[in-house]
Amino acid sequence: MSATSLLAVFVENKPGQTARITKILADANVDLRWVTIANSGSFGVMKFLVDKLEAGLQALRDKGLMVSLLEVLVVETPNRPGALQSVADLLGRNEVNLANCSGFVANNRAILILEVQELALARSVLEKAGLRPMTQEEMLRL
Amino acid sequence: MFWDQESETLSRPALEALQLQRLQQTVSRLAARVPFYQQKFAELGVGPDDIRRLEDVRRLPFTTAADLRAIYPSGLLAVEADEPVRLHTSSGTTGKPKAIFFSRNDVNTAADMIARSLVAAGITRADVFQNMMSYGLFTGGLVMHYGAERVGCLVIPAGPGTSERQLMLMQDFGTTAVHILPSYALYFANYLEQKGIDPRKDLKLRKAFVGAEPHTEQTRKRIEEAFGVDVYNSYGLTEMNGPGVAFECEQKAGMHLWEDCFLLEIIDPATGEPLPDGQRGELVLTTLKREAMPILRYRTRDITSVIAEPCPCGRTHRRIHRITGRSDDMLIIRGVNIFPQQIEQVLMSMPQVGRNYLIIVEGLDDLTVKVELSDRGFDGQVEHLAALQNQLVEKLKAEIWVRPKVDLVPPGSLPVAEGKAKRVLDKRSL
Repeated sequence: MSATSLLAVFVENKPGQTARITKILADANVDLRWVTIANSGSFGVMKFLVDKLEAGLQALRDKGLMVSLLEVLVVETPNRPGALQSVADLLGRNEVNLANCSGFVANNRAILILEVQELALARSVLEKAGLRPMTQEEMLRL
Repeated sequence: MFWDQESETLSRPALEALQLQRLQQTVSRLAARVPFYQQKFAELGVGPDDIRRLEDVRRLPFTTAADLRAIYPSGLLAVEADEPVRLHTSSGTTGKPKAIFFSRNDVNTAADMIARSLVAAGITRADVFQNMMSYGLFTGGLVMHYGAERVGCLVIPAGPGTSERQLMLMQDFGTTAVHILPSYALYFANYLEQKGIDPRKDLKLRKAFVGAEPHTEQTRKRIEEAFGVDVYNSYGLTEMNGPGVAFECEQKAGMHLWEDCFLLEIIDPATGEPLPDGQRGELVLTTLKREAMPILRYRTRDITSVIAEPCPCGRTHRRIHRITGRSDDMLIIRGVNIFPQQIEQVLMSMPQVGRNYLIIVEGLDDLTVKVELSDRGFDGQVEHLAALQNQLVEKLKAEIWVRPKVDLVPPGSLPVAEGKAKRVLDKRSL
């Protein structure tokens, strides 16, 4: 499967929560490759791409945290103006709604992380356009 | 199965004749011995001779919680001062507690009522009964203990110790039945889950008796599912011996109130007028068999109704519905009367909601409900949480007519009190 799994952690929106959770992961020797925090008023969800998924999941659950695995699609796009626009346009034209999207450029490679409801549809749309979603391993080798 | 088949299945006329006889005896003794009632009888111009039919109970004075606090610590003794052998008190969270005295016969009667109740729910002498209620002044410990012992169970007086110890006792002694607070049962289910223990496979539990806290039918079902046991509701109050006033039989359809010991009335709490069977009102109880401290027409403040239809189990003592509110617990928010149970009912109907919640009222009548998520309540998407939050706000608004703020919190993050769960935090300065 060419989907990538993120750790999604439920957090209350109050001071010290990010430090508390990242400390648990650090203590478990889990390396963070990417992180984002989504807030909704009194609570939020922290999402991590990590090198050791199982170990991270277990460490957080052992501390009583609510953790879920979230499947996302990761694609590499050309590193030039208009690249994100073309992906967004492609998905929009095929009725795929982007729930969340983030991106970064590393070693001159442009990476997009896409959260969508219609995972299978989005994957086939991307593949037809020559954008093959990366596997977890490929993602971690970046 | 019956503990005392003859008493439990008396024909209604025979039961009512017995009630009248016992009521007359009680009133005569109070008139002869208890100054508090002598004065009340004089004020109302009523005496033992006026009690000719059961309905005449309405001529007698009410007794309120305030009355019992006012006469603390002496009690309303109808026996010599050296006669009582046991003292219990109510929790006294709102000032002085209420002191209740038991004679030796009263202790025995209370144990018999519990024995009837446990056997009606299918308990036998082969059961190992772990009593997880607080021992001490609270009746849920000792009174229940004596009753279970009377049935012949092996009784483990565990009290409200740590979950670790409760589990150890269950495993080591093969506990088959527990007496437990419903809020603690839900917490304990969480604890077992975390320990990786499946109660269906790893424990021998088959029955749970829950009481001492109002709870909903949904909460009962959750406890039943979590442990794989039958859960029986019970009703009692310190002023009426504690547990064993009314218990569910194996039908689990309302609680049989032991009418040879207690005379029950349902009244309109505002006017004091009697209400017909089936109509919801305040439960009023008169002790019929108590020696040391008989109480007339005690205003329980508990809201319920009578189920007059005969029960398939054969017991003729009428049943009362689950308590649906308590005038003491009632919150008045922005002029609306709200019972915490209404909120619980909404929360427990949602699978994404976990086992604990806290209702907070502060400022100018701002209502916040903190809700623990269940494991099924989180799929990693913040949008779904926001949707759940909105859904809860709307459902609660429809039920209580006040728009609350809903806070979603992780499981296990809300405080669980030893003893009665703290579900409502009223921070308004009145």
